[in-house]
Amino acid sequence: MSDDKYWDDARGDVDIASTRALSRRSVLQLAGAVTASTTIPEAFANTTPAAAPTPAAAIAAKVSFSVNGVRHSLELDPRQSLLDVMRERLELTGTKKGCNQGACGACTILVNGKRIVSCLTLAAMHSGAEITTIEGLASNGDLHPVQEAFIKHEGFQCGYCTPGQIISAVGCIAEGHAGSAEEIQFWMSGNICRCGAYPGICAAVADAAGRN
Amino acid sequence: MTMNVIGKPVARVDGRDKVTGRALYAAEFNQSNQAYAVIVNATVGLGRITGIDQAAVAKMPGVLSVLSHLNAPKLAYRPHKGSIDPKTGERLHVLQDEAVRFHGQPVALIVAETLDSAERAAAALRITYEAQRPIIDIADPDARAIVPESGRDHTRGDAEAAFANAPVNLKASYDIARENHNPMEPHATVAVWKGDKLTLWSKSQYVVNEQAEIAAIFGIPLENVQVICPFIGGAFGTSLRTWSHVTLAAMAARVTQRPVKLALTRKQMFFTTGHRPRTLQHVAIGATQDGKLTSLIHEGTGETSRYEQFSEALVASSSYLVSCPNVTTRYRLAALDTGTPVFMRGPGEASGVFALESALDELSYKLNIDPIELRRRNEPKLDEGVNKPFSSRSLIRCYDVGAERFQWLNRMPQPRSMLDGRLRIGIGVASATYPAYQAQSSARVRLLASGIAEVEVAASDMGPGTYTSMTQVAAETLGLPIDKVRFSLGRSDFPPAPSHGGSWTMASVGSAIRAACISVLEEAKKRPSTDRPLEATATTQRDAGVAGRFSMHAFGAVFAEVAIDPDVGTIRVRRALGVYGAGRIINPLLATSQCTGGMIGGIGMALMERTVLDRRDGRPVNAHMADYLMPVNLDTPKIEVQFVDEVDPHVNPLGVKGLGEIALVGMAPAIANAVFHATGKRIRRLPILLEDMLHA
Ligand code: FES
Ligand code: FES
Repeated sequence: MSDDKYWDDARGDVDIASTRALSRRSVLQLAGAVTASTTIPEAFANTTPAAAPTPAAAIAAKVSFSVNGVRHSLELDPRQSLLDVMRERLELTGTKKGCNQGACGACTILVNGKRIVSCLTLAAMHSGAEITTIEGLASNGDLHPVQEAFIKHEGFQCGYCTPGQIISAVGCIAEGHAGSAEEIQFWMSGNICRCGAYPGICAAVADAAGRN
Repeated sequence: MTMNVIGKPVARVDGRDKVTGRALYAAEFNQSNQAYAVIVNATVGLGRITGIDQAAVAKMPGVLSVLSHLNAPKLAYRPHKGSIDPKTGERLHVLQDEAVRFHGQPVALIVAETLDSAERAAAALRITYEAQRPIIDIADPDARAIVPESGRDHTRGDAEAAFANAPVNLKASYDIARENHNPMEPHATVAVWKGDKLTLWSKSQYVVNEQAEIAAIFGIPLENVQVICPFIGGAFGTSLRTWSHVTLAAMAARVTQRPVKLALTRKQMFFTTGHRPRTLQHVAIGATQDGKLTSLIHEGTGETSRYEQFSEALVASSSYLVSCPNVTTRYRLAALDTGTPVFMRGPGEASGVFALESALDELSYKLNIDPIELRRRNEPKLDEGVNKPFSSRSLIRCYDVGAERFQWLNRMPQPRSMLDGRLRIGIGVASATYPAYQAQSSARVRLLASGIAEVEVAASDMGPGTYTSMTQVAAETLGLPIDKVRFSLGRSDFPPAPSHGGSWTMASVGSAIRAACISVLEEAKKRPSTDRPLEATATTQRDAGVAGRFSMHAFGAVFAEVAIDPDVGTIRVRRALGVYGAGRIINPLLATSQCTGGMIGGIGMALMERTVLDRRDGRPVNAHMADYLMPVNLDTPKIEVQFVDEVDPHVNPLGVKGLGEIALVGMAPAIANAVFHATGKRIRRLPILLEDMLHA
């Protein structure tokens, strides 16, 4: 599904791994952290505009945190949200942007074990944090019990709210807020599911909470 | 050989990708050297741009390009109308002139190195306008009334005379708010030009149409455009058309010669990507004392834009849902200074059935006849609108099954008669219906020597489970286990599929897959031993003979129980049941989810959702997910879904009628009828608000 079939066209002869690695570096550079020479992949070099990229921000904040057990030391625009840093900088696109307004929960991640909406917090505020995103839940290919329960109980349809729901569910269970169906409904109401998969979400949280 | 996988509750084949974050949505196809585009929207509701201070913003850090009608490339905008586009009118030509047609119209585009730089520049761009007062209210006397060219009026008998002579009659008017689809995934496009070839990773429910539309807009050959969309984060109709942001992403990529990502903000999702039009409806019913309808007049007006005629089947179901010798339906449009609406889940029927089913409920109280009994007395033997038999119709069976399961007989018939402590309890019911369409689709199947079958169609999966259900169809037809079938969708270079909407994906794409599988099996019989892959492509469409002989629709009965707090006016749906006769159910697990989700959408329509426009400038004042209310987890009642066994040998080879739309139709009237039962207050305006319940 999310396999190469959907990537190939524009890549031409550039292989995916190096393209995406370069992408990370070039974005880093453009954010003003690096002033080194070009990192634009050759395949695209002939289409690059003549003007050198202008640094995007005059000031850069130094931040270091760990995401899913991997330490990242970044220099970034201090105005960037944690969500944008995940999605556009670290390429952890499992965390979703639904509203960018703190109102939907699609961007929920765990920061030091607590669930927060990553669109409403600045990345620069989280130095030293231990962050968990949807990509970090499964270990060695084994799904987290909450992930398994979401599949088993049809806790999603389109899947876009799902990473946020699952992370939120992990938080909800850890907080001890999964004691009854009503409690689950209440404490999971910060995560909107427009597909309306709520009954499945509740069943999944209850199941996973029981197993833990 | 049959594997009997159709009808089985197969778990989603893409489940693992979705719970691990590996499923990639349009905005996640990051490209190397990618730039970001952000749209600047008009802040007046009508008028023209008098000045844009582009130079100031062009100097801001990271900005690569600032585009407006002053310097944007003139695009070809060749004529193109896909099956999903309004037949009358002309699409918005973006950044091609200084005219502002509605609030939020894109008027400039910033392209920058990072999203943040683009957003900052967009916020800083100063634009001056010459503004006029827009007409944005369908009830505004200045709104131009149009008889839509799509013409959907229906007349049989003499409804006016029969109404005047009816022993019992009632007249009522209904007002349903504009809604926005608000899928969780915002629209997004990543555009990459390589020479004169364009690739778009773009959120679309209709990739082959997006390909054709963009090729027409840029004046390039169809085969130069590739549209890719493996996953859709919900859409409900908003991604059926190719809106202006797709053009802008491609334009930005061409001007800067860089891959460009453009994602709409949540606020922008209220401007240019369609909406369920607000509707005003009038229903007049005449009946005998024993509840037999003698006259039905149903008139409705929907919003459209000034530049296109968007029309939907608002009043169509009144010609076939109930038996009545004298019927008139009229459909009109009001042309407003807003963007063009688009189909939203259960388009037309969701609004029209609300009016009809509210009126029928009202009639049942007037006559002191049980609401279900009233439906029974008016159950038609055939589609009286077109004088054809139904291919199948299980409405009364749905009512019977539902009445038993919902314990309808425990309901006290009188309004305001049921209490739970201080809460007023109401139980209501309504019919649901939606046409069973089938459109032309193709599919390709390849049998590999390894025993794997690859199936490809340019179809979409916005959530119902196309990946899974099509895998089941192929596995069953080929006699293979599920895990030997690899189904792919969402590429415009795959065999074409129709738009992913109108509840016709299974009927259309499923039928094509089945046909391709059958022909590849025949091929295999001819060449029993070969190492080379066997391949077959098939194209199917509705059998014209069947279409001429039958009226084809799905039907359902929807039950709702509400609890209303008389002191603060809060309305809670406590339990709900949807019973549907929708032909064969391919996967009961997915079907139940789909219907549950539709019913929850119906709760939103009944009690929460409305896009409110500022009369002065057409600005949507609640373009925010905290202000545009939608059902959350705690709003969800105990919901049950049931399917009655229905074998329809005519509708299509798979015998399916589709579920996505009908699941939302019927819920809002069931709730409004329950509200009446609880309070004795007939609310004819959606959403029903707290203040409507004051002194309930
Ligand atoms: S994207 Fe953060 S709450 Fe919606
Ligand atoms: S699964 Fe689609 S929004 Fe929740």
